[in-house]
Amino acid sequence: MTALLTVENVTKRFGGVHALEAVSLTVQAGEIYGLIGPNGAGKTTLFNCMTGLYTVSAGEIRLEGHPLHNRKPHQIVARGFARTFQNIRLFANMTALENVMVGRHVRSGAGVLGAVLRGAGTRAEEAAIRERAQQLMAFVGLGRKGRALASHLAYGDQRRLEIARALATEPRLLALDEPVAGMNPTERRQMGELFQRLRDAGVTLLLIEHDVKLVMGLCDRVAVLDYGRKIAEGGALQVQQDPAVIAAYLGAA
Amino acid sequence: MIMGFFRKHPQIAFVLLAALLLALPFLVGAGLGKSWVRVLDFVLLYVILALGLNIVVGYAGLLDLGFVAFYALGAYVYAWLASPHFGLHLPFWAVLPLGAALAGVFGVLLGTPTLRLRGDYLAIVTLGFGEIIRIFMNNLNAPVNITNGPQGINLIDPVAFGGFAFAGTHTLLGLKVSAAHLYYYLFLAFTLATIFVAMRLQDSRIGRAWAAIREDEVAAAAMGINTRNVKLLAFAMGATFGGLAGGLFASFQGFISPESFNLLESIMILCMIVLGGMGHIPGVILGAVLLTVLPEALRHIGDIQRAWLGQVVVDPADLRMLLFGAALVLMMLYRPEGLIPSRQRKREFHAEDSVAEQEQASLYDARG
Repeated sequence: MTALLTVENVTKRFGGVHALEAVSLTVQAGEIYGLIGPNGAGKTTLFNCMTGLYTVSAGEIRLEGHPLHNRKPHQIVARGFARTFQNIRLFANMTALENVMVGRHVRSGAGVLGAVLRGAGTRAEEAAIRERAQQLMAFVGLGRKGRALASHLAYGDQRRLEIARALATEPRLLALDEPVAGMNPTERRQMGELFQRLRDAGVTLLLIEHDVKLVMGLCDRVAVLDYGRKIAEGGALQVQQDPAVIAAYLGAA
Repeated sequence: MIMGFFRKHPQIAFVLLAALLLALPFLVGAGLGKSWVRVLDFVLLYVILALGLNIVVGYAGLLDLGFVAFYALGAYVYAWLASPHFGLHLPFWAVLPLGAALAGVFGVLLGTPTLRLRGDYLAIVTLGFGEIIRIFMNNLNAPVNITNGPQGINLIDPVAFGGFAFAGTHTLLGLKVSAAHLYYYLFLAFTLATIFVAMRLQDSRIGRAWAAIREDEVAAAAMGINTRNVKLLAFAMGATFGGLAGGLFASFQGFISPESFNLLESIMILCMIVLGGMGHIPGVILGAVLLTVLPEALRHIGDIQRAWLGQVVVDPADLRMLLFGAALVLMMLYRPEGLIPSRQRKREFHAEDSVAEQEQASLYDARG
């Protein structure tokens, strides 16, 4: 296994608040890596630093050796690192299929001239964008919902659509921010199956999750954040028995 | 029923529409008088302007209150390069693209400092930009006389093909054709080209990127869209059409002054978009037509008063603005999505109907 993503001593301060304090972790290619921790531990802050929505105060983030820290979000996506959001952020008034087609933006190139002249090249590119988007919709189980408005989809389908949209950018690493929050047990199981299929398709997954059971069942390795620090990392079972983790979740004895 | 027939036979609809558009200045000239042919020309100019602003406001969702600045730039570039003011008389086909291009560059210049702004903050900055350009035009007459100040620039060359100038009255094929008629056909060609470009842009990779930014800029960036470039592109494209319309306006009027490019113009163009249906080309066109024709039509209220009451009781100019304001208020209360909204925008404003539409959508799914 080779290291896909390396995070080294990343610190993020908001004014005097240390949201992240020298966090380091390594995600191996092909694994499902879980990031857990109590509310306010800094999980989403770390995601936002990794995906370019926040600049880091110190430290380095690299994807296959290429620096990602303090790059623009679109540069990071172009490198092959996509994400979803904790509070679903779809393009609500576009159709489901259009949402996924937007994800192809970074892997296509037609500009103004191409759009206006609409030559053979542009038409072929548009057809390919549409076809790929439809494939991805089918992959996440939304094959028949392409024409529906994104905001009209059921909650679980919106989560799936967000994943399809992120997949459209052809990520090697996909970061999912609480992808099963608010789902019932059946939906959670189905999402878990989707994650397995994604891994089989060659996408490395980085998962923020509250549902410890899902994380433990699914993830190869887990890191635990608390108050902006990494307090444990390792296999699911090992982390579960770590006294520091138990203290963080249940309060110090 | 008629619409259904045309939908079944688009060729017939196309031929009829083309014939109507070609005959329109003569029909209007014969029916309503010569002055209305000029109104028709202005209608087309405002369609171009509204479609240009629609790229910025409707497609990309960037509220721009200074759009008239680009209109002014296009007009002044035309005046500088084709009038006795500097003694330059370049042909229109060289001047128009220059004016449009310069406006496009200024679109980027305005866009750059506003990239981080959204909504009301963006509106205030663009409003300031519009006023700055106007005030520049008003005051750049000393120490070097560039714009001739508030007096404006006069005797701007009309459009001319070879020796055939769009001025005075020509007799073509036995028809008496005034300059206003000729400009109508020129503007019609540019309007059709603008509609074509606006349609193609909307339904493209770039158009989707604009829509994504309008919907959620953070998510758009996280999906790999270079929000800076895509927003600047929207500003540049919109401004280019503004500059084009400005050049056409200068050649048509033969005279321009800063007064023509005040804040009210920007607001009017914005109103055309909002009234017609933001982001939807047929709506924007209808908005531009209505807001150009109605104020002209309301001018005649004075005549009606004289005929009915024997005197002018209320000044038509006052009544015009009053009725116009009332119409806007009523529209925004009862049909905020515009007269011909896109399906998408209709849904945004009528969320309570969405259950029915959802059922409709699931029916499509079952069939698909």
